[in-house]
Amino acid sequence: MEQAPETKASATLERLLPGQAPVLTPGHTLETITDKIVSIVLRRPVTLGWLGGFAFFFGLLNLMLFAMAYLFYRGVGIWGINIPVGWGFAIVNFVWWVGIGHAGTLISAILLLLKQGWRNSINRFAEAMTLFAVACAGVFPLIHTGRPWLAYWLFPYPNTMGVWPQFRSPLLWDVFAVSTYATISALFWFVGLIPDLATFRDTATNPVAKTIYGLLAMGWRGSARHWKRYESAYILLAGLATPLVLSVHTVVSFDFAISILPGWHTTVFPPYFVAGAIYSGFAMVLVLAIPIRRFYGVQDMMTLRHLDNAAKVMLGTGLIVAYGYTMEAFYAYYSGNAYELFMFKNRLLGPMAWSYWCLILFNILIPQVLWIRKVRLNPAMLFVTSLVILLGMWLERFVIVVTSLHRDFLPSSWGMYVATRWDYAVFAGTLGLFFSAMFLFVRLMPMITIFEMRLLLPQAKLSEEVAAHD
Amino acid sequence: MDNVQKTGIGDVCPSKKDKLELSEVRERLSEARGPQYWRTLDELAQTPEFAEMLHREFPKHASEWTDKSSRRDFMKIMGASMALAGLSACTKQPLEPIVPYVKQPNNQLLGKPLFYATAMPLGVYGTGLLVESHEGRPTKIEGNPQHPSSLGGTDVFNQASVLTMYDPDRSQVNTYLGETRSWPEVLSSLRGSIEAEKAKQGVGLRVLSGATSSPSFVAQMQQLLKTYPQVKWYQWEAVNRDNVYAGAELAFGQPLETTYDFSKAKVVLSLDADFLSSGFPGFHKYTREFSRRRRPELKEEMLRFYAVESAPTNTAAKADHRLHLKASEVEAFARALASALGVAQVGGEFKEDQKKFASALVKDLQANRGTALVLAGDAQTPATHALAHAINGALGAAGKTVSYSEPVDPFAATSKVEQLRQLTAEMNSGKVDMLVVLNTNPVYDAPADIDFLSALNKVGLRIHLGLYQDETAKYCHWHLSGTHYLEQWGDTRSFDGTVSFIQPLISPLYSGHSESELIEFLTNEDEATSYALTQRYWQSQHSGADFKSWWDRSLHDGFVAGSASPAKPVTASAKTALPAITAAASGLEIIFRRDATIFDGRFANNGWLQETPKPMNQVCWDNPVLMSVATAKRLNLKSEDEVELELNGRKVKAALWLTPGHPDDAITVTLGYGREKAGRVGSGIGFSAYKLRASNALWNAGGVRVRATGEHYGLASPQGHQMMEGRAIVRAATLEEFIKTPGFAHEMVEAPPPGLTMYQPYEYKEHKWGMAIDLNSCVGCKTCTVACQAENNIAVVGKDQVKRGRHMNWLRIDNYHEGSPENPNTYFQPVPCMQCENAPCEVVCPVTATVHSSEGLNDMVYNRCVGTRYCSNNCPYKVRRFNFLLFSDFDTPQLKFQRNPEVSVRSRGVMEKCTYCIQRITHARIDAEEENRKVRDGEVMTACQQACPAEAIVFGDLNDSGSRVSKLKASQRNYGLLEELNTRPRTTYLAAVRNPNPELES
Amino acid sequence: MAQIFHRSANSIAKASILGGVILVVGLLWAALQLQRSPYFTYAGVARPQPVPFPHQHHVAGLGIDCRYCHTSVEVSGYAGVPPTKTCMNCHSQIWTAAPMLEPVRESYRSGRSLSWTRANDLPDFAYFDHSIHVNKGVGCNVCHGRVDKMNLMYNQASLQMEWCLNCHREPAKNLRPHYVKQDPKDPATMGDQIFNMAYEEPSTSHPVTIKEGDRYKTFTSQTGPEGLGTYLVKVNNVRSPRDITNCNTCHR
Repeated sequence: MEQAPETKASATLERLLPGQAPVLTPGHTLETITDKIVSIVLRRPVTLGWLGGFAFFFGLLNLMLFAMAYLFYRGVGIWGINIPVGWGFAIVNFVWWVGIGHAGTLISAILLLLKQGWRNSINRFAEAMTLFAVACAGVFPLIHTGRPWLAYWLFPYPNTMGVWPQFRSPLLWDVFAVSTYATISALFWFVGLIPDLATFRDTATNPVAKTIYGLLAMGWRGSARHWKRYESAYILLAGLATPLVLSVHTVVSFDFAISILPGWHTTVFPPYFVAGAIYSGFAMVLVLAIPIRRFYGVQDMMTLRHLDNAAKVMLGTGLIVAYGYTMEAFYAYYSGNAYELFMFKNRLLGPMAWSYWCLILFNILIPQVLWIRKVRLNPAMLFVTSLVILLGMWLERFVIVVTSLHRDFLPSSWGMYVATRWDYAVFAGTLGLFFSAMFLFVRLMPMITIFEMRLLLPQAKLSEEVAAHD
Repeated sequence: MDNVQKTGIGDVCPSKKDKLELSEVRERLSEARGPQYWRTLDELAQTPEFAEMLHREFPKHASEWTDKSSRRDFMKIMGASMALAGLSACTKQPLEPIVPYVKQPNNQLLGKPLFYATAMPLGVYGTGLLVESHEGRPTKIEGNPQHPSSLGGTDVFNQASVLTMYDPDRSQVNTYLGETRSWPEVLSSLRGSIEAEKAKQGVGLRVLSGATSSPSFVAQMQQLLKTYPQVKWYQWEAVNRDNVYAGAELAFGQPLETTYDFSKAKVVLSLDADFLSSGFPGFHKYTREFSRRRRPELKEEMLRFYAVESAPTNTAAKADHRLHLKASEVEAFARALASALGVAQVGGEFKEDQKKFASALVKDLQANRGTALVLAGDAQTPATHALAHAINGALGAAGKTVSYSEPVDPFAATSKVEQLRQLTAEMNSGKVDMLVVLNTNPVYDAPADIDFLSALNKVGLRIHLGLYQDETAKYCHWHLSGTHYLEQWGDTRSFDGTVSFIQPLISPLYSGHSESELIEFLTNEDEATSYALTQRYWQSQHSGADFKSWWDRSLHDGFVAGSASPAKPVTASAKTALPAITAAASGLEIIFRRDATIFDGRFANNGWLQETPKPMNQVCWDNPVLMSVATAKRLNLKSEDEVELELNGRKVKAALWLTPGHPDDAITVTLGYGREKAGRVGSGIGFSAYKLRASNALWNAGGVRVRATGEHYGLASPQGHQMMEGRAIVRAATLEEFIKTPGFAHEMVEAPPPGLTMYQPYEYKEHKWGMAIDLNSCVGCKTCTVACQAENNIAVVGKDQVKRGRHMNWLRIDNYHEGSPENPNTYFQPVPCMQCENAPCEVVCPVTATVHSSEGLNDMVYNRCVGTRYCSNNCPYKVRRFNFLLFSDFDTPQLKFQRNPEVSVRSRGVMEKCTYCIQRITHARIDAEEENRKVRDGEVMTACQQACPAEAIVFGDLNDSGSRVSKLKASQRNYGLLEELNTRPRTTYLAAVRNPNPELES
Repeated sequence: MAQIFHRSANSIAKASILGGVILVVGLLWAALQLQRSPYFTYAGVARPQPVPFPHQHHVAGLGIDCRYCHTSVEVSGYAGVPPTKTCMNCHSQIWTAAPMLEPVRESYRSGRSLSWTRANDLPDFAYFDHSIHVNKGVGCNVCHGRVDKMNLMYNQASLQMEWCLNCHREPAKNLRPHYVKQDPKDPATMGDQIFNMAYEEPSTSHPVTIKEGDRYKTFTSQTGPEGLGTYLVKVNNVRSPRDITNCNTCHR
């Protein structure tokens, strides 16, 4: 596949000051953009690489289904959880996945409102990522309950028992937060897709594909009226999605902050959960973007500028997270509360200290390499760093959930937590769900928004100015 | 919701298709010929398949996919979830039958339990009890408050015995060489050999039974011996009191029963006597009197307790001063003490490290003549007992704190070991051609140097009667299924001689027959029932025409008034020369003790007892080798190492467990484990200490070798950590401090002021339930734990699940060590649900499955719980228990009969916890309301409170200022656990107060 | 290029949006109804019984008191289903040859219980106590319906939790006095009203008079400050709704 734009791009970048590098390598016209993006889906043959990757993750997905079937058959006892550690991998994974989702919404909604043009090429699959991540997250609140077949009792509906759910419980807030989030993300993503689906409909040759894309395009003709409605709808949804970026993970953090458990009962949780969410989210964006641009040769659309920006965001949010950790330590010391103090000592030196130190290494120390520009502009190194951060963020939730629980107030009740193969199976399974969805997405949908990319062209600029005038 | 079930009135008028009439079950079991036959053969063969099958049956869910119950559960779930895709609260109910009586018994008011008085014999001694019966099913053992020798207390064995009665592994048929025989068949086939023996005056007939004190049964024996002049009757108990009687023999020239009166005692010295642990004769009464004398409110009058102990016991844990000696060194100490007190010139000097302790002790004893009391442990040498008697005599204790009477065991004259030895000799010499073994299991628990088995195999006809097809039954031609005490008539005597009647609560579940019935047949070939026999005997005993009324009254009360054996005015003759002191064992010493929860092994198949953590080391489901930290360091061993013990060439493998307060250079092992044929619960766990135990050294021996095998041997303990980490969890002080600052408990932690909450404070118009637990009274015997399990249908989860931290006990007893590992102070803290006023669990449950009631309880609604486990995470006391898997057994019909129909049986995925026995509260309230009055104080007793021999737990209404609990809460010792969290617990504790000797404190 | 879709597709698309919403809401509503329907609650559905026992005939026809068979209803949580003996008390005299009654005689001969089918069947985790309800003045037919008009037995109420709560949240609605002023002309006023199937709650057209101490007290309404229910709640010490809606009232 063509390497030219890549090298060209980096070459140009060398000459430019950071930030000025183009988000779309020069030389593209309206046609080339459309053609390039469309061809990936409609004309590119299915490669062995794609098949292999998809097969692997689809296998994992089936592993999850098996693990869940067995879970329903035997009960949550097949996991490592116990008393005192009532929550384990399930909740850890839930928080992790929800967090990952956030980056997508941030990119597509907030950056849109902030008129960050560079987002245009990555927002589409970032949104897809959000959607799939939330789907993965959504699995856990259901299956982690002891009697999942009754989990619908968490919804307030006029039942024959004549009782309502407990509105004071953060778990109930979760139900609303996450379901709202899922709905909005799905809508936002789909609305965004419509014009491009229309393009697909029009360029597709295969009648079946034509019909399907046609159905999904919902009769989009690209008339001025359509565009006007579309714009307002899109902005409106962006407006709706924006607060969610902050609220959802705040609510999730309440699951812990509301309790009285040392290590959970902390006011710093909401901000640093949100930061952490975006942190891990961008890491996931890069983990997806770097191979995609490589394999589908779209380095000219997802340029190093994008990687650079993403890396900077990670650096920033990473530092907020670091601040969060410091604050936790500070509270523990400053509160003078024996239980808080012990909790923190136990994190540093207790039987699960390994998790805390790995967390510090992965989330705080290693990401500092992002200060170096060379690293930010080196896809390979960025990729590795992102993986490390993802692992680190997972560990953060593990530390919060497990090490806080396993030694709390009464020493008599202290226990240990050892994950079983079923814990791992379900986690791996959600990875399978996520990535197999991603694989399908890049093959079936425009992973880069055609029309928004066109906006980046000089021609578009012109038309925008004209629009601005009248 | 659909699969949270309870066994209801439905059990007799079944409301569930898979519930059966008792009679039906009995029928079925007796009809179980074919399968039974094969099963028995398998058992004999001990094939791995069979082991595997039993393994599967045991609700550990060992092999998962094959677990019947959860498969059914699975279908149900699928039904539930698919039936209406997540809609209705409960799936459509099946049509359920009602099966009324044909003729309803008169005294039977359906839906209301009945209580009967009976007594449970354990070896020689019996305990008077009340038993709760629901529609003819005994479900719960309660103490009998009127009983003079138990005062309403119970112990773990009493509480758990009801489960043994229903045990599905009990032998359910009589067998001859593994083939089932009906009772008539048994009798007709035995007749021949009996006739033959009659002819020879029974020269070849021998009977081996467990120890008994039953007057009627003893009378039967004498009659048997009259009919067959040549017959010999032997008795064997692995956990016997030979030394006690031998000691009395030494001191008084005759075996005597020694009983103690703690209510008069001021200074108590225990020479390795664990009178505060279940299974010690008189435990119930002693514990109650002891803890009453330990109330710090008595100020200077508070009892002071010195303990010289070998194996760590919860008794010594209550002591103000402890001296940790090897079991073999206690006698030397006793001698030294005796000479120091100048009672007997027996020589002996205190060791250097004992001097301080001893001099203070001697002073204290002399200063309290008449109120001092010295006890010697059952496992101590006769000489030690003799010395104890002498000391008591010299201190003027005799007749005050100590009294002597005829032995309760009528066969005390010859030691049990001697009897077993004689029998074995006779069998080896071929004298015995017919042996009848009654409710004893020598093949398993005979001392290792008495090869009972090979001797047994020389006997022509071997008949075994017992509850189980146990190790001994395996080698007998005949096995006759016996009756549990809840299934038979009889009588027994308590430690003080009081006669209690045993009356059945249910006709034999597995059509068994009592030993008295068998003996009656042997004697007169007459088929009288145990009822006829017992009544006949007492008729003959009772002079006077009013027998009927006397009999009825005694049955109603459960005991014969004024039947305690009269005190004998004897004085210890210090003249009788003591046997030469047995030199303290060289090298590592091994100490044998009865197990705290399964006694000598007879309760091995009782899941409740297996899962009850041993009071001192909190290990369950196994018998680890206990060793002091220092010794372990020396031998460079650690807990859960597998070690091989070797004593005179005999070897066993076991797990090691380091125990604070264990004497150095010694190890302790408990008896009763390593059973081969106990049943699905008790077989193949732990190791049999009997394999090391020699008849000449029953309780301790020197020269044991401990070698690490290098393997890891995991043990299950619900409490991994026994240190308080400097937290004010158990609050304790010395008597001095308490007198100086009675409110010391409150000075340790600052509790937030009331009303410090965002939510509306609750108001309680009617009742306001609360509980106070006196940490000073609690002796950590775990009786409450088992009582709670019985009352609330708490599931047994098995060793593996306990190891994973999933034990289900609603009421646990934490124990904490404080101070040096050589000689720590140990405190016991029963922890039920605190029923917090500001309950952290309530606000976080998303489905309102745990709710604050208008009487202050945290209701737990199982059928509403979806199992998020958030409540448990947020509970600082971690008293909530979760059904991670399907722990309750919904299949075994016998176990369903045991269940309390007033409490839901929790299914998988549901949180559960202590509810202050809400079912008892509700019933009391309904009764009260129907009589238009308030619930009286003491009308509601929680199961734990009722069971507690120490009166440590008091429950009642806090709105009633006159109630006992309100008074206790007003005490200055009263404090709330973790009250600094502002949870405002409703269960509070009375701080512990020790009464150390100032001399030793400094 | 050729259109894939016909023009109508546009309107269909629009319609489908509204249609979708209606469909979802409709399904939920239907489900909730279904769940309360006799299909699930059995309300009004007669059960198959070994002997077609007509309550109508025994209660209305012969005027047998409920307690003759359901003996423990006033003293125990369990009302009691009559043992075969109770049936035979009469049926050893009358209808001795009726083939319909053969199962009863058979049971009496063989000592094997009759196996009836539960009509009013609560889930096993709900602990209902008859005695307290009877003592506080809840009439039989409040829950069981006009048994004297039922031929084969069925449960008239849904027996669902919301139905229980209806009353527990407002007990005054359903309380009645044990005894009312006797009117020789009206047999309904004789005996304990709890077991009177025909009891009518007070209204202006049908006042209810009860004895209070040595004088009479007349009520013309059930609820409200002057209502009989309100009065009975007071005199029978019915605990407050907060108390009797505790979860532990029915669940343990």
